[in-house]
Amino acid sequence: MNKIAGKEYLSEKVVKFEIEAPLIAKKRKAGHFVIVRIGEKGERIPYTIVSSDPQKGTITLVVQNVGKSSGKFCELNVGDYVTDLVGPLGKATHIENFGTVLCAGGGVGIAPILPIVEAMKKAGNKVIAILAARTKELIILENEIRQFADEVIIMTDDGSYGKKGLITEGVEEVIQSKKVDLCVTAGPAIMMKFLSELTKKYNIPTIASLNPIMVDGTGMCGACRVTVGGKIKFVCIDGPEFDAHQVNFDELIMRLNAYN
Amino acid sequence: MPSKEYLQAERNQPWREALRKTMKNKERTNLPRVKMPEQPPEVRIHNFLEVNLGLTPELALAESRRCLDCVNPTCIMGCPVEVNIPKFIKNIERGEILEAAKTLKETNTLPAVCGRVCPQERQCESQCFYVQKLKKEAVAIGYLERFAADYEQESGNISIPETASANEIKIAVVGSGPAGLAFAGDMAKLGYEVTVFEALHELGGVLRYGIPEFRLPNKTVDAEIEVLKKMGVKFETNCIIGKTISQENLKDSGYKGIFIGSGAGFPNFMNIPGENLIGVMSANEYLTRVNLMRAADPDSDTPVHRGKKIAVIGGGNTAMDAVRTARRLGAEKAMIVYRRSEEEMPARIEEVKHAKEEGIEFLTLHNPLRYEGDEKGRVQKMLLQRMRLGEPDASGRRRPIPIEGDTVWIEVDGVVVSIGVSPNPLIPSTFTGLEVTPYGTIVVDKETMQTKVDHIFAGGDIVRGGATVILAMGDGRKAAKGMDAWLKKTL
Repeated sequence: MNKIAGKEYLSEKVVKFEIEAPLIAKKRKAGHFVIVRIGEKGERIPYTIVSSDPQKGTITLVVQNVGKSSGKFCELNVGDYVTDLVGPLGKATHIENFGTVLCAGGGVGIAPILPIVEAMKKAGNKVIAILAARTKELIILENEIRQFADEVIIMTDDGSYGKKGLITEGVEEVIQSKKVDLCVTAGPAIMMKFLSELTKKYNIPTIASLNPIMVDGTGMCGACRVTVGGKIKFVCIDGPEFDAHQVNFDELIMRLNAYN
Repeated sequence: MPSKEYLQAERNQPWREALRKTMKNKERTNLPRVKMPEQPPEVRIHNFLEVNLGLTPELALAESRRCLDCVNPTCIMGCPVEVNIPKFIKNIERGEILEAAKTLKETNTLPAVCGRVCPQERQCESQCFYVQKLKKEAVAIGYLERFAADYEQESGNISIPETASANEIKIAVVGSGPAGLAFAGDMAKLGYEVTVFEALHELGGVLRYGIPEFRLPNKTVDAEIEVLKKMGVKFETNCIIGKTISQENLKDSGYKGIFIGSGAGFPNFMNIPGENLIGVMSANEYLTRVNLMRAADPDSDTPVHRGKKIAVIGGGNTAMDAVRTARRLGAEKAMIVYRRSEEEMPARIEEVKHAKEEGIEFLTLHNPLRYEGDEKGRVQKMLLQRMRLGEPDASGRRRPIPIEGDTVWIEVDGVVVSIGVSPNPLIPSTFTGLEVTPYGTIVVDKETMQTKVDHIFAGGDIVRGGATVILAMGDGRKAAKGMDAWLKKTL
C-alpha cells in the first residue's frame, strides 16, 4: 500500500500524482516505470516514473483517464492508498552527451519525455523539446520541461496554443534548420510511427518509448512483446525504449487493440 | 535420506508394531487401491472448483491399511523432501490424523500443495513395494498426503512446526514460490530470521499465477503460507530484488545469506509467422490473467481472451492447465497440439485423463508452422505440420519428424503457446559474481546449492530451467542445509 501525497489535475482527464515509494524514489532513473494496481479486483497497469523526490520518498506519475482502471486511479485523492505499486521496472534510458537531442512528446506522452529531457540536459546535451497535443488544455508539464530544455516548441492540432500542426511538421522544421544528433519520442503509437518514418528519411537515430499492454511487467507473461529488427522483444525487460527505426509499429498498434 | 537408525526406531514404536499385527500382509495386499472422488466432467467444465474432491475418512482409512509399513521403506527414497511416508500413513490408520499432518510437516513445508500437484506416480509411488515387487497399483501416497493436510487445515487445529531459539541472523529469500517457501520453512525451524521478497502482489509464485484453482485452490496455498508466517517468516510483496532492493542493499541491511528461487517465469515462443497476432499468447499470460488476476470473475478489471476454438501448443502439465482453463472459459473446441505422440507427453497421466474427460481434443503428431489472422490482426487459423516418430533423441523420447507435404489448416480464434519456460533473467542480469549458463540458469554446487558467491544459494527453476514444484522444494531444503552449514562455519 502506497499513500498518495499529492494530486493535481493537469487537464480535465489527466492527473499528476505524487505517491510515497521511498525505495523506488531512491533507485529510479529516466526511462523506468512502475506497475500499479488499484483495488482488490484491479488490473496491473504500467506508468512511467515522471520524477521523484528521494528526500521526501515520493515518485510522480501522470495518469490519463482512458478507461476503467485509469478512471479508478484518477478518483483517488491525497491520503488514499494505491493497492499495489512495484518498480522501478524496465531499462533506464541510455544517457550520454550526444550533442543536440530533440525530445518529442505527444499528449500524455509528454510525461515520459520529462525525465529524459532532464537527464539529457544534465549530461551536457542541447535539448530541444517539442510538445504536441490536440488542443491547448492537453499540453501538460510545460513549465517542468522548460526548466531543463534549451528550447521548447508547442504544437496543437487546432492551433489553440503554439504552432498549428502535427508533431511531425514541428520535428521536420527543426531537423531542416539544425543538426540534430538524436531524437527521442513518446506518445500514441501512430504518432511515433510517423515520426520514426520521418527521422529515418533524415537518418537521425531515434529512440521510441513504447506503451504496450502488460500484465506482470517482469518478463513473465510476454503480453508486451513487440518486433524490433525482426526479433521478438519484451518491452517490460528489454525496453521500454527501442531504436524506433527497427520497431514494427503496425504490429504494436494492432496489439494495443487486443481487448477493444 | 533420513538415517536407517532413525527410521528403524520410529518403526519400532509400540503403536506401530501393534498396528502391523492387526491385519495380515496378505489381507492388506488384497485390498484394492481407492479411487479419488471427482466432480463429474459435465459439471466441472462450467466451474473453477477443484476436480479432485479428496478422500473421505472411510476411503483414507481403507487406503492407509494397504501400506505394509515396510522394513525398508523405498518410497521415502522417491520423495525429494524425504517425507517419513510409512509413519504418516500409519498415523492415519490408527486415526491420529493430526499426528499424520505433523509428520508431513517435519520435512515438507507444503503438504496440502504436494498432495495435489506432485507427480507421485513418478516419485514416491513409483518406488512403492506394490509397484516394485507385487506388480500392483501403488499405495495412494499422494491422496493420503492431501487427506491428512486438508484434515488439519479444516480442523482449525493447525500445528506450527517447532523452531529453534532465534539466532538473529538475517536471511533473504528471493521469490515466494515452492523453492523459496521450502527454504524459508527449514531456515525458520533452525532459528534464522527469514524475509521472503516477492515481485508480484500475491505470494506463492507459480502456485499462485500458474496452477489453476481447479487443481490447486488459492486458499490451500494461503493456509500453508499462514503456517510459515506463524513460524516467524516475514513476507514482502511488490518487491523486486535486483530492482527495488539491490544485492548491495541486502548486504548493507545485514542479510548474511541470500537464497535465489526466482523461478523460470520467462515464456518461450516458437518464432513462427503470426505468433504476435491478437489471440496468440503464452500459457504464462493466459494462466496469470485467470489465476493471479482472476479474469474469469466478471468483477475483475483484468480481461482475458475468450475464444470458441482454442488451441494449446504443447504437451506438459501447463498445457493441460491452459486447455482445461479454456474449456471452463467457454471454448466449445479446446485442443492440444503436440508434436510427438501421447506416450511422450510430459504431462501427468491424471491431467491427460482429466482433460480427455472434459472433451479436450488431442492433435498429437502435429506441429504449428504459421498462424493467419483477419484484417484486424485476430488469429483465425493455423497451419499444422503432420509428424511421425523417428529414433530416440537426447531426451530419450522418440524424435518427431515432419511428414513432408502433409499439412493441414485448422480454424482457431485463440492460441496458447505452452512449449516451456526459460529462467527469469532479472536476477542473473542484476547480480554480480554469479556464474550463469548460456541457458540463463544459475550454476550451483549440486549438494549444497551454493553459487559462486559464497553467501548466495539458489534452487528451483532458476537452477533447473523448468521442473516441478517438488523438485524445487527439494532444492530449497538442500539449500537450507547447505547455507546453515556454511554460516555455522563462517560466522
